[in-house]
Amino acid sequence: MGAKTLMIDGRQISAAEGVSVLAAAGEAGIKIPTLCHLDGVYDPGACRLCLVEIGGFTKLVPACTTHVAEGMEVLTNTGRLRQYRLMILELLFAERNHVCATCVSNGHCELQTLACESGMDHVRYEYRFPHWDIDITHERFGMDHNRCVLCTRCVRVCWHVEGAGTKNVAGRGRHSRIITDLNLPWGESDSCTSCGKCVQACPTGALFEKGATAGEMEHDRARLGFIVNAREKQQWIPPE
Amino acid sequence: MEAAMTLHDLQQIKERELAARKPLTLRCCMAAGCMAAASQRVLEGLEAAVTSAGLRDEVEVRRVGCLKLCCEGPLVQADPDDRLYVMVAPGDAPSIVAGLKSPQASLPQADMTAAFFARQHCIVLANSGRIDPERIEGYIAAEGYLALHEVLNEATPQDAVETMVRSGLRGRGGAGFPTGIKWGTVAKSAGVKKYVVCNADEGDPGAFMDRSVLESDPHSVLEGMAIAAYAVGADQGYIYVRAEYPLAIARLQIALKQARQIGVLGSGIFESPFHFNIDLRIGAGAFVCGEETALMMSVEGKRGTPRPRPPFPAESGLWGCPTLINNVETLANVSAIFRRGADWFAGIGTEKSKGTKVFALAGKIKKTGLIEVPMGTPLRTIVESMGGGAPDGRRIKAVQTGGPSGGCIPEQHLDTPVDYESLGRLGSIMGSGGMIVMDEGTNMVDVARFFMEFCMDESCGKCVPCRAGTVQMHHLLDKIVRRKATAQDLIRLEELCDMVKNTSLCGLGQTAPNPTLSTLRFFRSEYEALLHPDPYGPAGKTGAALFPEALEK
Repeated sequence: MGAKTLMIDGRQISAAEGVSVLAAAGEAGIKIPTLCHLDGVYDPGACRLCLVEIGGFTKLVPACTTHVAEGMEVLTNTGRLRQYRLMILELLFAERNHVCATCVSNGHCELQTLACESGMDHVRYEYRFPHWDIDITHERFGMDHNRCVLCTRCVRVCWHVEGAGTKNVAGRGRHSRIITDLNLPWGESDSCTSCGKCVQACPTGALFEKGATAGEMEHDRARLGFIVNAREKQQWIPPE
Repeated sequence: MEAAMTLHDLQQIKERELAARKPLTLRCCMAAGCMAAASQRVLEGLEAAVTSAGLRDEVEVRRVGCLKLCCEGPLVQADPDDRLYVMVAPGDAPSIVAGLKSPQASLPQADMTAAFFARQHCIVLANSGRIDPERIEGYIAAEGYLALHEVLNEATPQDAVETMVRSGLRGRGGAGFPTGIKWGTVAKSAGVKKYVVCNADEGDPGAFMDRSVLESDPHSVLEGMAIAAYAVGADQGYIYVRAEYPLAIARLQIALKQARQIGVLGSGIFESPFHFNIDLRIGAGAFVCGEETALMMSVEGKRGTPRPRPPFPAESGLWGCPTLINNVETLANVSAIFRRGADWFAGIGTEKSKGTKVFALAGKIKKTGLIEVPMGTPLRTIVESMGGGAPDGRRIKAVQTGGPSGGCIPEQHLDTPVDYESLGRLGSIMGSGGMIVMDEGTNMVDVARFFMEFCMDESCGKCVPCRAGTVQMHHLLDKIVRRKATAQDLIRLEELCDMVKNTSLCGLGQTAPNPTLSTLRFFRSEYEALLHPDPYGPAGKTGAALFPEALEK
């Protein structure tokens, strides 16, 4: 495979043929925001945050699904792109119920990080406050649709990494939602292998491990007694 | 499987059919519009009247496709002078039969010399209303499948592509991509397996051109697909037709069965090595599946959502194979182009838009129905001369073309010729052919809200700008209509229109703002008149409306 030389934001970069603009930029230390891209699975080009301007093209193109080409001139951070990205983030925050203060992912959420980086200090669009359920029927994991941005990373890792095909998308437009099998409660799924890849893939707190949410912290005081007993009496009796 | 079909067989079918014809015919419209007005009972009435008049040997009662003047159905066209009876009741049948032999008729008739009929130029609709869409013999008698025979025996696939390029035909689905170039790209794409797909997922509100073609002349689409398949090297075709068109589906199934039976579909067509089959795929009610990449996903049995292009279907389409996707009307033009020559076709229309275009006239207009006119016909001719203008002496305010992806063309621009470029310059598109006329009583902001609601409901939900942006734009338009919006909201709306247009993944999102943008361009004062005078909105600066109890204390 040959190497291609291209310009990204005025810097000359060389990248292997067949590599995406997103990957080539990342390699060169130029960060292009994205929510739906996940290394290891295919790119749906759905979040539209990684749109870039390419010289000679009137249309904006997603960096994740555009391959590098010789002599390509890419701009990743123009005023127009920053404005569009900010609007996309605002639309996402207004679309569902993203309440950072009570979220398991507060502080390590990709949506929150992108919003901070883009300088989003308020949302200009009216919050829709939709009613979404939380599925905590699974033994180990939970799904909070209020926090879902429909990036479909969970669907893609479930199908193409784990090969289970448990997660899918149902509904259309604003009613789109992630489902388990044929819209079963997650806990009743026959196909789920409980591998947890979807939880690891999720950019927000929509998919989480049980026990991690703010309200679920439980103190294990018996553990202290165990340690004291072990130290003082040299008895290693596990707590009840 | 019978022996291979030959030209001789084809001519024999034609001769037998013509010899069996009775001297007089009564053609009863059996397309969806007239059937909804009970034309089945009219057909039965005509049969009974012919029998009781003892004219069985002289008169044929033929079920035909669309007779075009849909607003006055049920329609019956009768010999000897092609007179068109309108709003026929089953009880009128004896008078119609009696009229076959007299120059006078007592029943209401349409004026066949009126502009509605006189200005039509029928290529796609040439057989519509003349042949029985459920009998392949009728199509063959009207020169059907001759073009396929000629192409298979006398032209190479390259010649066929060349003919299409020379004809200048452009895609009738809306975007207007040159058909010949598309064929050439698929023909050049490397691949052992290739597909031809007919996009019959017509979903624009108010559009019924493709449905009428499929209901009236399904074989013209099959022949067009077979010629296309030969040109690009495909051996399998799919017709993706929406489930909301049960009559079109039924007629396609009959047509496919007959075509396979006589051997114009299948293997070794006309004693050539070419083999081609067509299967139907029925849509499940998603507008977005008219978008070609979503359509292919649906044909493959997956969730119908679009994917980024490139790769284009011509390189990587169905199951990764090169795929040619053409619209119904595009394919219905093909056999005529091959039968009568590319130069003949290129002589019709304008410099950049060749041939004719079928439009479905609907809305606030006297004559609604199906028309086919040469490209370049002024809009005013279509809506005022042919359509008769708005009813009740009202003035036409605007014409909407291109459905939810198009725009509203105001009255002062009605002299614009209909071609791809002229409509594009006005912020609209040719679209698939829906033409909705609005009169002076129409609230243009409400029109924009209607189309935005349509796009919001039909967005597949894959990309954020379309899924969430249409919701916000609809909300803002709704706020304006309800007089709750401020000047700030109008700015937000315009910003969102620009963003959704430029960032959405597929054509649905990229064009969803068009009806709003075009009404903002030509009817901005209507938006502004609806804005709330207080820049802070109906709640006012004090927030009194939000917290009235706070003021009472």
